[in-house]
Amino acid sequence: MNTIFYITATVAIVSSLIAITNRNAIHALLYLILSLLSISVIFYIIGAPFIAALEVIVYAGAIMVLFIFVVMMLNISLEEEQENKWLTPRMWIVPSILAALLLIIFIYVLKEFKYEQTTAEIIGPKQVGITMFTKYLLAVEISAILLLAGIIGGYHLGKQKKKVIHRFLEKTKKI
Amino acid sequence: MVTISMDIQILFAGALFLTGLVGLLVRRNIIFMLMSIEIMLNSAALVFVIAGSHWMQADGQVMFIFILTVSAAEVSVGLALILQMYHHYRTLDADAINRLRD
Repeated sequence: MNTIFYITATVAIVSSLIAITNRNAIHALLYLILSLLSISVIFYIIGAPFIAALEVIVYAGAIMVLFIFVVMMLNISLEEEQENKWLTPRMWIVPSILAALLLIIFIYVLKEFKYEQTTAEIIGPKQVGITMFTKYLLAVEISAILLLAGIIGGYHLGKQKKKVIHRFLEKTKKI
Repeated sequence: MVTISMDIQILFAGALFLTGLVGLLVRRNIIFMLMSIEIMLNSAALVFVIAGSHWMQADGQVMFIFILTVSAAEVSVGLALILQMYHHYRTLDADAINRLRD
């Protein structure tokens, strides 16, 4: 288990470093997703399976998809002949090695470790839910308000404003 | 299960946080700056979960869920701002918007 932690931590740090030094935004986002997946493995092996699932579903599944949508909407064309660059081996050999490491660890964990060995230290979703909805109920409501503000802010800031110059405003501008 | 001491786990989270901080300070592309902020938030949440599993409490995981909420709201508003910035200035350089009005 300790070896798994070290390997996964190395994968996380290396892929984060590549993500922040990459020039292509889509490649950087894919490396960032790889980093989030490896952090989810770490969550799983330190005894938080619910948080590991949330990390994959919400972070890697929802937030990163938002990023990718925006990058594709902006249509940032860095270089031409990108298609030719994707086919060269050095573009895909590093992410393939890192992702294959995670896959090997995943298969190893599923084969070798029985779930009964680890039930003593796992904090499951039931305990998390009970704590969240009794002790931190006020914080849950505040975060609901925060999400509402995020929805309204995203809608208001993201919509395209048509530039309508009113006649009255034009007249006042001339004066 | 995992028998690594808490120091090394927090050291890992700190290394991840430093990675995000360096990315935030070095890059000028504003999408990369937002991604670095994501890395930093994620490593802070990792510290919460590590501490929660060390003391066998569920509070750390509850804090992770709150950080996830804050991160989702921040990303939606930040990406909408990036869209507006790109439509106004046709660039993603953070140094291009250093004036309040043009």
